[in-house]
Amino acid sequence: MNLKNRNLLGLIYMMPALLFVAAFVLYPFGQLIHTSFTDTSLLGGGKWVGLANYTKIFFGDPTFWKALWFTVKYTLIITPILMILGYLLALLTAQNNRILQFARGVIFMPVVIGLGTSSLLWFWLFDQQVGLFDKALVDLHIASKMIVWFTNVDWALAGVIISVTWKVVGFGMILFVAAIQSISREVSEASMIDGASYWQRVRLIYLPLTARTVLLVTLISAIGSMLAFEQLYIMTGGGPRGLTFTSVYWIYQNAFIKFQLGYGAALSVVLTAIIMLAAAIQIALTARRATQ
Amino acid sequence: MTHAAISTRAVAVREDRVVGTRPAVRYLVGAIAIFISALMLAPIVLSFFASIKSSADASAVPPTYLPYSFSFENYQKIIDYQAGLWTYVGNSLAVAALAIVFVIVLAVPAGYGLARFHFRGKEVLFLLLLLPLMIPYQALLTPIYLMFAKIGLANSQIGLAIIHTILQVPFSVYLMRNGFESVPKELEEAAVIDGGSSFQCFTQVSLPLVLPGIVTIALFAFITSWNEFLAALIVMNKETAFTVPIMLVSVRTGHLGAVDWGTLQAGIIVSIIPCIAIYVLLQKYYVSGLLSGAVK
Repeated sequence: MNLKNRNLLGLIYMMPALLFVAAFVLYPFGQLIHTSFTDTSLLGGGKWVGLANYTKIFFGDPTFWKALWFTVKYTLIITPILMILGYLLALLTAQNNRILQFARGVIFMPVVIGLGTSSLLWFWLFDQQVGLFDKALVDLHIASKMIVWFTNVDWALAGVIISVTWKVVGFGMILFVAAIQSISREVSEASMIDGASYWQRVRLIYLPLTARTVLLVTLISAIGSMLAFEQLYIMTGGGPRGLTFTSVYWIYQNAFIKFQLGYGAALSVVLTAIIMLAAAIQIALTARRATQ
Repeated sequence: MTHAAISTRAVAVREDRVVGTRPAVRYLVGAIAIFISALMLAPIVLSFFASIKSSADASAVPPTYLPYSFSFENYQKIIDYQAGLWTYVGNSLAVAALAIVFVIVLAVPAGYGLARFHFRGKEVLFLLLLLPLMIPYQALLTPIYLMFAKIGLANSQIGLAIIHTILQVPFSVYLMRNGFESVPKELEEAAVIDGGSSFQCFTQVSLPLVLPGIVTIALFAFITSWNEFLAALIVMNKETAFTVPIMLVSVRTGHLGAVDWGTLQAGIIVSIIPCIAIYVLLQKYYVSGLLSGAVK
């Protein structure tokens, strides 16, 4: 077999995956853009309306902007919490002994549980009547009475952040531990001989040498938060007074509750533009790491 | 960055010397780690305790941390819930099984093609397979829903499995590409000299060597599919087609606004068990997958 034919084989091996992505990602993406210029609803429609949906987003839908702002606020608050806690947990458990390996396993465990399930679990823990998290706060004299979490937007946000932090903090921790452990021992030893204290080593050696991983996890985390849905759908239902809708939740609400699929598509296009930017950076970082 | 670096004892000894912690500090670190582990476990343990209380105790105000009654009442109720727990678990398992098959059938050959052959435009096509990372599936659900309604895939396990496969394609292709790249080319060349065809090289020489990678992508496909919420909520709107997460929300909604907390906790425990069982049994594959393919 000559070289050219042989390499054609590579394309054949890739073909199923390529066709799949073409059919279920590229084609729907094209449809999405097309639908975003129509008034498609579940009952039919599909008339071309030009930029009407987009004008509505930018000039006639304050709830979307509130939802986007809430999503950004959520992302800006939870991402640093996840990074800092994740890194501290990684520093705490970075050595390999039985206790610390066990702790890593336990802290990581909620990552494998569904976000829907964990949100329901915390919805129960936060309940003002039967919630054991609330009861624990009262018993520890941190709160004077059972807190009502989901009728106030700030408390609702705090509750969601606590639950999601419990659920995903182990993800960053595991990646940070791996990055810290891959720092060569010569570097660490040399700094110790120079008399660097533990926190000096963290600041001057660990953090700079794991910066790429930190950046990568930050991006993965931020993208995930920008796409938040189930934690709000389950814990707040978008309330109180529609103040805790996220972008994805607002798309869901328009496309699948009000059945304004055309408008939902236009909202989705705007969201995709935001996510694409962040994801492109993430892929560039990963690809660079892979080639090193 | 491999899992081996995290778990081998040889590394452990070395690390300890590097960090050079005094025993007092080591005990303190251990104590804090155990305390944090207990905090992290508490929600699941408390949920389990609530699930084995009697139905009345599980909804009692004020609540108790520990179960003072013991009963399978809540589990019986979740088993009998609407169409029956096994219908929902069956739906979830069927969708997950289909997603695993789809992911393997698509990603394994694609990874092989990317690792073993050189042709123009290869990297562009690779990027194309990473596209689901850039276009969030949340945004694609509107057109996919319309498409599925047209071709009869609404409320279908195949339809939902296709969406779950989309989510896993980038990670799985990336992982399989790396897996095949780490198999020495010489092994296949030897097989060719022995008269093997290209396809035989693939199936008989390289494939067995990347089996751990295949286990990893199957594992991630299962966990993703079993847990996925939004697509299931949208595509599976017929009650008998619900997957477990959607069933849980339906349990929570309850009758007349009163939540049956005990039944909900039993449902939560049922939905958690497969994830934790798989994680504990196959932790090695899970963590190595996470570390080598953090593109997800």
